[in-house]
Amino acid sequence: MNPKLKRNGMKALLYATCLIIMVITGFPFVFLLINSFKNMQEYLVNIWSLPSKFFFGNYKAVFKPEFLRYFVNSAFVSAVSVFLIVAVSSMISFAFAKMKFKGSNVLYFLIIAGMMIPVHTTLIPTFTLLSSINLSDSLIGLCGPYISYNIPISVFILTQFFKEIPREIEEAAIIDGCDTIGIFTKIMLPLSGAGLSTVTVYTFLNTWNEFINANVLINTTAKKTLPLGIREFYGFQTVNIPAILTAILVGSLPVILLYFLAQEKVVNGLTQGAVKG
Amino acid sequence: MEKRKAASNDRWKKTGLVILFVFPALFFYGTFNLLGIARTFYYSTMNWKGISANKSFIGLANYIAVAQDLNFWNALKNNMILVAVSMFIQMPGALLLALLINSKIRFTKFFRTVFFMPMLLSTVATGIMWILFYDPNFGLLAKLVKALHIPISTAFLQGNTALPSILMVICWQFIPYYMIIFKAGLTNVPEELYEAARIDGANSWQCFINITMPLLIPTIRTSAVLQLVGSLKYFDLFYVMMGGAPNANTELMATYMYKKGFTEFQMGYASTIAAYMFIICFAFACIFLYFTSRKGEEA
Repeated sequence: MNPKLKRNGMKALLYATCLIIMVITGFPFVFLLINSFKNMQEYLVNIWSLPSKFFFGNYKAVFKPEFLRYFVNSAFVSAVSVFLIVAVSSMISFAFAKMKFKGSNVLYFLIIAGMMIPVHTTLIPTFTLLSSINLSDSLIGLCGPYISYNIPISVFILTQFFKEIPREIEEAAIIDGCDTIGIFTKIMLPLSGAGLSTVTVYTFLNTWNEFINANVLINTTAKKTLPLGIREFYGFQTVNIPAILTAILVGSLPVILLYFLAQEKVVNGLTQGAVKG
Repeated sequence: MEKRKAASNDRWKKTGLVILFVFPALFFYGTFNLLGIARTFYYSTMNWKGISANKSFIGLANYIAVAQDLNFWNALKNNMILVAVSMFIQMPGALLLALLINSKIRFTKFFRTVFFMPMLLSTVATGIMWILFYDPNFGLLAKLVKALHIPISTAFLQGNTALPSILMVICWQFIPYYMIIFKAGLTNVPEELYEAARIDGANSWQCFINITMPLLIPTIRTSAVLQLVGSLKYFDLFYVMMGGAPNANTELMATYMYKKGFTEFQMGYASTIAAYMFIICFAFACIFLYFTSRKGEEA
């Protein structure tokens, strides 16, 4: 066969494969969007085509105080958890990277090994512990396991970042009269923007989407986070499929927006730990 | 004298600083992770029905009971199917997609953007969306099957079909994730190597086998460990898609632990299942890392 023809044929095959995969991965999102503007009757008759006229009832059903409450709860838990994860992980990573102390290697290994621990192993102890201090059905209590389970990966990423900051910068700061805390807050943190944002995005996605701990710990409807809320909404609206599709779409909107605004950050954030490991 | 005092002051100050920086993270990690594991093993030796506060020490009786529990073995079998699917379908699939978006065609950035989208939905959202897609009457797939006159049952989440149906959703969700990891690994392969090989007359397949694969081994190894542990501890989609009550066809170790602990309130027994999960995950990861690192040295 003519080599040029062969190459073109190969390219056509690659494009065709890409298009098929694009339909498989992307079409569900288009489907969510299209059908969120149909009512149940129209959905039953025709699920494929565009809505004959735009119906906003599903959005009305979703944008009610109860559902927005789940948003607020998730935002609260994620904000508190991410802030504390970044704070405590960057502190201990600084100690690992820049302060040599007895047992630092053992402690580092002990924390990194945490990446291998299945969350489910500690589900019952977490539940009994938080129940015993009356924090089991509370959003603050939920932050506890969220913080602890995101520490290993965050420490892993941040320690590497801090290690790469050259010693000369530190030494210059010491000569200028900077103490250890000053070095941490005025030098290490500002110079590690990329690492800190990676950890922020990663832990945000983790906590925003977390299910099993929330499912065990939270009972009160008013305290449910978004994943629990979507399940509850599904339970109430089983006969109204477009409304459920709308709830899924609206509930995922923050992450979808974040992805389109800062795609590289999200992709890096989700995969950095795995690649570097 | 003065000097020694200053030095000792310095040391105390340094110790104080170390504690200041280390303590907060260690507090959370110690309370929930380290103490959590210790308490799981402690509970696992107890006869403890969760509603009453009474527990009594029964040694390894729970361990023996779980080892003789056919439901547990069945769950472990399903976990193993999940491991196999992740190793032999997800990983090759992800590698293929990574090669696709790494190939010299146009719009690869756009394709990558769309390919990655399944990772953006939470597992609960994914699960419920697919329950609706799998709906035997009104679902997307049922309509597709009817439109194309494919002679299969549309009861996708019933009986024996439930497991493969859920496994397909897991592939849908996770192949893009590993695609990105492999893509990052491919980007790190220096272009000069391919140029040199092509000058030596190597074709694409030879380049792939002799350059791409060997350089990708570390990435594959990390992903495989993540997949292995991830599949052994998996919970979310099975729980959500089976409406919170997986049956024998779809029970996993984690869902069985959840059922025993939080619906039947057999906390001691459930803790033993959790302890077994911990041991199994750890053992599998260690064995895997041990064998792959030896192979890596030979290559």
